[in-house]
Amino acid sequence: MNWQLMWDSLPRMLGGLSLTLQLIVGSLALGALVAFAVALLRLSGNRVVETLAAAYVFVFRGTPLLVQIFLVYYGLGQFEFIRDSILWPFLREPYWCAILALTLNTGAYTSEVLRGAILSVPSGQVEAARACGMSRALAFRRIVLPVAIRQMLPAYGNEVILMVKATSLASTITLMEVTGIARRMIAQTFAVFELFIVAGAIYLVLNFIATRLIKFAEWRLTPYLRARA
Amino acid sequence: MGTAMTVAVAVSAFAFGILVGSLGASAKLSHSLALNVVADVYTTIVRGIPELLVIYLLFFGGSGVATSIAAAFGYDGRVDLNAFTIGVLAVGLISGAYSTEVIRGAVQSVPFGQIEAARACGMSRWLILRRVLVPQTLRFALPGLGNVWQLTLKDTALVSVTALAELMRITHLAAGATRQPFLFYGTAALLYLMLTTVSTALFNRAEISANRGVRRA
Repeated sequence: MNWQLMWDSLPRMLGGLSLTLQLIVGSLALGALVAFAVALLRLSGNRVVETLAAAYVFVFRGTPLLVQIFLVYYGLGQFEFIRDSILWPFLREPYWCAILALTLNTGAYTSEVLRGAILSVPSGQVEAARACGMSRALAFRRIVLPVAIRQMLPAYGNEVILMVKATSLASTITLMEVTGIARRMIAQTFAVFELFIVAGAIYLVLNFIATRLIKFAEWRLTPYLRARA
Repeated sequence: MGTAMTVAVAVSAFAFGILVGSLGASAKLSHSLALNVVADVYTTIVRGIPELLVIYLLFFGGSGVATSIAAAFGYDGRVDLNAFTIGVLAVGLISGAYSTEVIRGAVQSVPFGQIEAARACGMSRWLILRRVLVPQTLRFALPGLGNVWQLTLKDTALVSVTALAELMRITHLAAGATRQPFLFYGTAALLYLMLTTVSTALFNRAEISANRGVRRA
């Protein structure tokens, strides 16, 4: 075991950390928006819209993320109208392709989590809110959504961990995030285990922090479960 | 062709994963502290780092380890693992970590009274395992194992980085050769969808058959 090499490789790998973090935060934030929209569409009561949203979720949950990333990065460029469109400067960049694919992927998974959470809100609470004279929108905003978000946190935590790991796939479309740098350094030095341990440790730390953050959010949102002082 | 290879890798890796998962679960449930720690470290690490890294590790490092293991047994040639073996090992180890947790949970949900009853009937340990624990565990584990199977199936796409000619790799080559990437990746996506849909149906049937002895409320 070459400790010196491990120590020396750390700064270079941490150089990829900023890109990894951008991918995680960017796709989780955008994915949350997509998930919110899709969950609402799936509960809209309109058959056509519901089917479309369900199809989106089915396709993105049923195919490997790698296929989705390649489809966006290599596939979209095949079409003339996309290359001529104003979006092309973005879709040409592997960075935005990775963000787009990760966003659509996490959006599909998260929308299911959110939908389950919204459905789990006891209907009595909604009825009570309506009886108090709240409009449907107000009841949704003040009652259903806060309860649902609290409800979905544990499952959402799993999704966050999956996303932390999923960003490593961005290295397959030439992005030099932590895994990309690790792979390049392995090819240069053949020190497979040393570099693997360093890269793996970085992801473990990221996941550890992510789970703590989710735990903290859960703790903040469930004051009624804490022992009363 | 590629699809057949994908299915072959996925099935072998899933089977290997269940084997590893059973061992891992029994290690986690054993009273030996050392075994508990080893199994905990295994599941924490494998579930906490990206699948792609695990595959790279085995792809770049697997043959070296195999060579040194062979050397320890007195064989001093170089051992080269082929891409299929590496793919199955890598995906199987990942799948095994998830299976460990699923199987552990399922074993723990078998009511202890059933084991006691079997013992009281005079069954041997082996017979209890075969007639009571495994069938009952299977009943609780199937939904979770279904999820693991879906993960395993999709993880096989990552094996394409090791140049194994499975679905994703062939798609990649075809897309590059014909310059019609959208068509080919779209087809690959459809094939994966088909595989996941069919296997979901199969798992539902398996669940029904595992639950055939259960009274419904």
